[in-house]
This record gives sequence, structure tokens and C-alpha cells, in this order.
Amino acid sequence: MGDTPQRSAHAGTGGTPVATSHERPAGASARVAERSGNPGRPDGGLGGGGGLPRARAFGAERAFRGLTLAAGSTVLIVIAAIAIFLIAKAVPALRANTESFWTFEGWFPNDNPPKFGIGALAFGTVLSSLLALLVAVPVALGIALYLSHYAPRRLGNSLGFLIDLLAAVPSVVFGLWGRDYFAGPVADLSAWLNKYFGWIPIFGEGPYGSSILLGSVVLAIMVLPIVTSLSREVFRQTPTANEEAALALGATRWEMIRTAVLPYGRPGVIAAVMLGLGRALGETIALALTLGSTYAISFNILEAGGNSIAANIANRFGEANDTGRGALIASGLVLFAITLIVNITARAIIYRRREFTESAA
Amino acid sequence: MKLQRHGAIACLALTAVLGLSACGSDNNEPAGASASGSTAAVDCGKGTLNAQGSSAQKNAMAEWIKAYQQKCAGTTINYEPSGSGAGIQAFIAGTADFAGSDSALKPEEQPQADAKCAGGQALNLPMVIGPVAVVYNVSGADNLQFSPATLAKIFAGKVTKWDDPAIKADNPDAKLPSAAIQAVHRSDESGTTDNFTKYLAKTAGSDWTFENSKAWKAPGGVGAAKSDGVASKVKSTDGTISYVEWSYAENSGLKMAKVKNGAGEFTELTAESAGKTIAGATFEGQGNDLKMSIDYNTKEAGAYPIVLATYEIVCSKGLAADKLPLVKGLLGHAASAEGQQELVELGYAPLPDEVRTKVEAAVKSLS
Repeated sequence: MGDTPQRSAHAGTGGTPVATSHERPAGASARVAERSGNPGRPDGGLGGGGGLPRARAFGAERAFRGLTLAAGSTVLIVIAAIAIFLIAKAVPALRANTESFWTFEGWFPNDNPPKFGIGALAFGTVLSSLLALLVAVPVALGIALYLSHYAPRRLGNSLGFLIDLLAAVPSVVFGLWGRDYFAGPVADLSAWLNKYFGWIPIFGEGPYGSSILLGSVVLAIMVLPIVTSLSREVFRQTPTANEEAALALGATRWEMIRTAVLPYGRPGVIAAVMLGLGRALGETIALALTLGSTYAISFNILEAGGNSIAANIANRFGEANDTGRGALIASGLVLFAITLIVNITARAIIYRRREFTESAA
Repeated sequence: MKLQRHGAIACLALTAVLGLSACGSDNNEPAGASASGSTAAVDCGKGTLNAQGSSAQKNAMAEWIKAYQQKCAGTTINYEPSGSGAGIQAFIAGTADFAGSDSALKPEEQPQADAKCAGGQALNLPMVIGPVAVVYNVSGADNLQFSPATLAKIFAGKVTKWDDPAIKADNPDAKLPSAAIQAVHRSDESGTTDNFTKYLAKTAGSDWTFENSKAWKAPGGVGAAKSDGVASKVKSTDGTISYVEWSYAENSGLKMAKVKNGAGEFTELTAESAGKTIAGATFEGQGNDLKMSIDYNTKEAGAYPIVLATYEIVCSKGLAADKLPLVKGLLGHAASAEGQQELVELGYAPLPDEVRTKVEAAVKSLS
């Protein structure tokens, strides 16, 4: 009897989206235990409750369990296969490299001898993504709160629809728009920033235009819909009881949002931001079109230049030889690692925050 | 969209070059008809021809294939613009019947390629001349002209302002602003970059200390992806200078600079001035191997020095019997006066006659 409710409880947690999975270690171990306990079930069934023998006879139950198991392990297989492919292709190129892969600023793997380094690319990738989030997240949260708590219902729905529409625009369109039209205004803004805030090192001298700033702002626009729609959903799910309790205690609407909505939604918002960061890190063609493609580490975000790992792959694979392709794949491996670190960090944050908010709520 | 653009340019060019008062939607009909009349010996083979290589000659090849197929129905010719290196590799591996390349076969590639040609050798036939334009966008400044040393200094980042004395010395009359120069280069690897840096290295070695290569080696500057990206960047941004294939400069309506040649003249880029540099090139190969050495310091009067010669690499002997008429037919058309004239519409320069007749003879001798 004790077996059945436990199993159904974990089937429930396993089915919900990753972001909301409860008690990670317990859930994980329970699922493993369940899987390993599977063959032993007929024996356990004898000692179990009256419902169990009927469940064993029900073949679809097992078949479905097998299907989901297969689906789950596909992810692992695919990730392992990608990692093996990347490593196998990257190692020969890394061996052939005559400069330090981590510090050399340049990308000439097709030369003889090959020279290439990931430092500037990884730096540009992280810098442009973080800047994009810095721009996008406050705006996205503002939009999400407006849509969920301030806007009249009809306006909120149609605005939300428009935001979602933004997510459907292909990234090459954003890239072309950034390159051909947005570069001008950003150059003017850069000149202004340099004139009045030039004492801050990141607002250095020009030439302006195809800079990290341009790339980041274009990225921010692309990240905006993801962060907005996820946060809006999270904010909407704030228990009405919490909100009304806050209002009943005399809170203004802003105080209610601060005390009830934001704490409740925090893990969801963090998850949304991390998803946005994932998109920003991997964005390829928009950055290939908007960044100035230079190989230097510089904190001056206004100067034309900058590059990212994905944009560099898009630009350089066309004419790459064997070593060149290997070098690009090695850079892909580094991006893979960066993304992995970001995701693990996000999970850790969500896990910790969740306990806090659940005990609070 | 590209086709339409080309169509518009084609109309202009045809009007100018052939003196036609009007041109219909299909320019090739009269040209094709007159050609089949004059050169009755067009080899019409049957079957499929596979070629690949340089993307710089993609448009030229597409035009020739179209014209050839109009004369000879029932043939399939594929030209895959996979890049020069890939084209030569495919030729050596036997998967390409001929290869297009931005540079002649290297000494280490020659024997490998020769091995594919039973009883003959692999020939380098110059076929498409692609001039490289120096384009700029400086508000208030027109008709700029540059000496090689100034160009090298600009692209190496040694000259950073438009009113630098070096630029003023080349342009005594121009009104130059005190704005920063944005030197735009290709962010992807390209034969255009290779050729342009080769030009800088040969003509201004003391200012351009980087070797020539397909990837941009100089520090700084601004990268833009593909020729289209470069053209668009220069068009949209004030204070830029770059290098781009002639056709892109024309299609985007960019201002093209005059470039100083070895004779000390500032020369405008035209089909004729680019052809003069090719006419002054020396042949390094033996017999029908027409590997050229372009003199970027050409002293020829009125020659525009930054030109890119792309080759077809083809077997002099040992082609399969069913492929031979196709190769001879297609390349024969390409090397004909009419075939070369078709290129002007596309932003290439035609081969000068003295070179063209040699190429034509070499194609006829294929067996």
C-alpha cells in the first residue's frame, strides 16, 4: 500500500516542467529507485495492496513507462554524442595550434602553422550576452508586471500577443535590421555616451557603429519576448489569497507586488532570465551581422569590433579547411561548456530560492 | 532580387556597350543567335558536367552555363561555388571535371592534379577578371584618390583620421573632415581579401607588414560579413573605406576611389583600365598553361592595378570522351569574345584580346 501513493506522487513531479520540480535529490533518487525496483515488482506486488495486481496486468502502463524512459534517455544519448563528436574533431586542431588556445587574440587556423585563440571570442560572447540581459531584463519584467497586474484585460491580452510575435521574427531579420538601420542611431548614442560619460572606461573612443553595444541591444530585443512571456505567466500564478491578504493589510498595489508577487515569482523569473541568457549565448547570425568581428579583448563597448563564438563560427566555416573546422568545433566545445556552467548555476539558484519561497509562502 | 538588380545593370551595360537602344527581358536571345551563327563549331556534348570552386566566378559561370545550355539543349552543367581550395581538392579527387580557382595551382598541387590527366597536364586558364574597387563614404568628400602607401597605412591602422596629411597629399583639392576612419574589412575569409592584401604587400611593403591571406590579418578595423555586408556597411556609415568586388560597388552605388598605379597616375576603375593590367601580366606557365603573374606595380598607362584573375583548372589531355565536348564547349564559349562581353554586365572585366586569344587557343587544344 505504501508503494502506490509514493509512485504516483513522483510520477506527478516527473511530469511537470523542470523549473518546478520539487526536492531534486529526493525526486531523482526516488525515480532511480523506482526504475531499479521495476523488475522486482511482481514479488513486491504480493505484499502490496489490492490494486497492484490489476496494474501489473495493464500492459499499456508498462509500455508508456518504457516510452518515457526512452524519451528521457534520448536526451542523454544526444548530448553524449554531441560531446564525443566535438571532442573528436577538436582535438587534432588543438594539437596543431601553435599559439595558446586560451590567450592568443586572432583566428588563423587555415594558415600554416595554424594560430587561433578562444579568449577574445569567449569574452565577447559573455560580455554581449550579459549586456543584453542587463538591458532586456528590467524592461521585460516591467512589461510582464504591467501585463499581469496593471493593464486592462483586453489590452493586456493583445499586448502579450504582440510580444510573443516578436519571438517569431527570424534572427537574421534582427541582424539585418541592426546592421542596416539600427547601426546609425547606436553610433549617435555612442558618440553622446562618449561625450558625457567618457570618463567611464567602457564608454571609450570610436569609431562607433558595429560595436558590442549594437550587438547587445539587438540581442536584448531578441531575448525580451522569452523573458517577458515566462515572467508574465509566473506573475499571473501568484495565489490570489496572497495578493488579497497583502491588499487587506493596507498595502498599495506596488507594495502588494513587492511583498506578494515578486517573492513568489522569483524562481520563475530567474529561470526565464537563464533561458534568455541561453538564447543570447548561442545567438549566431544576428551577431555575425552586427558585431565588428575583431579579435581583441576590450571593455570599450562603444568601439566598433567585438566578436562571439557563434558569430565567428558562422563567419569562418565557409572557407575553413580541416584544421579550420576543427578549430571552430573546439570553439563550439567552449560555448557548450559555458552554456553548461550557466545552466548548472541557474539550477542551483532556482533550487535554493525555491526552498526559501516555499517556506515563506 | 539579385537577378533584378543584375537585370537593371545588364540593361545599362548593354545599352552602353553594344549601343542598343532598348533591351527586352531576355538579353541572351540575340547574343546566342549571333554566336551560333559565327562559331558554328560549338561543341555540343550530351550529359552532365560537374565543376566546382571559386565563389568569385559564380555569377560568371552561371551566365556562361545559361548561354551554353541555350545553344546545346540536353546538357546539365553544375558549378558549385564551394571555394577555390575545395574546388582544387575535388579536381584532384576526381569529383570535379574542372575547377574554378582564385589562384593558379600551387607547385605542390600541380603534380597531384597532373596525375588526374592521363598523358597531359592540368592547365591554369585565366577566365574571369574581377576588379576590386576601393570604396568610401565620407560626407563632403568626392573623387578621392589614393596611393598604395596611403591605402596600406589606412588599412593597417596607422592613419586614423580623414584629414591626415597622407590623405591630403593624395587629395590636395578635397574637403576632408576631421573624422575617424572606419576601415572595413571582410570578417569571413575571401579571395578578395587575399588579393587586396597581396596588392598592398606588393606595392606598399613598408607600410603593409602583414602577409597576404584570405583572413584579415591587420589589427583593428571593422569586419563585415560577405561582400554584401561590406557594401551595406560602407553605404550606411559615414567615414568608412573598404574594398569590394566591382559588381557590389556598382550595385550599391558606392563611391569608388581612383588608385595610383606604377606609372604614377590615379586611375579610375573601368573594364578597360582593369583589362590593361591583365594585358600587362606575364605568363609563367609553359605552352598552354597560362598561369599569370599580375604586376600590381604596372607601369602601363591608364591601368587600374587591383585586379583578381581567377582560373579554370582543366586537363589538357585525358578527359573522358563524353565530358570533353562539354568542357570544350562551355569553356570555349567562356573564352570567346561574346562570352567575355557577357561578363561586363555582371561587374567583371573582360579578358583583353591578346590574353583571350591565347586562352581560346588553349581551350581548342584540349583533347
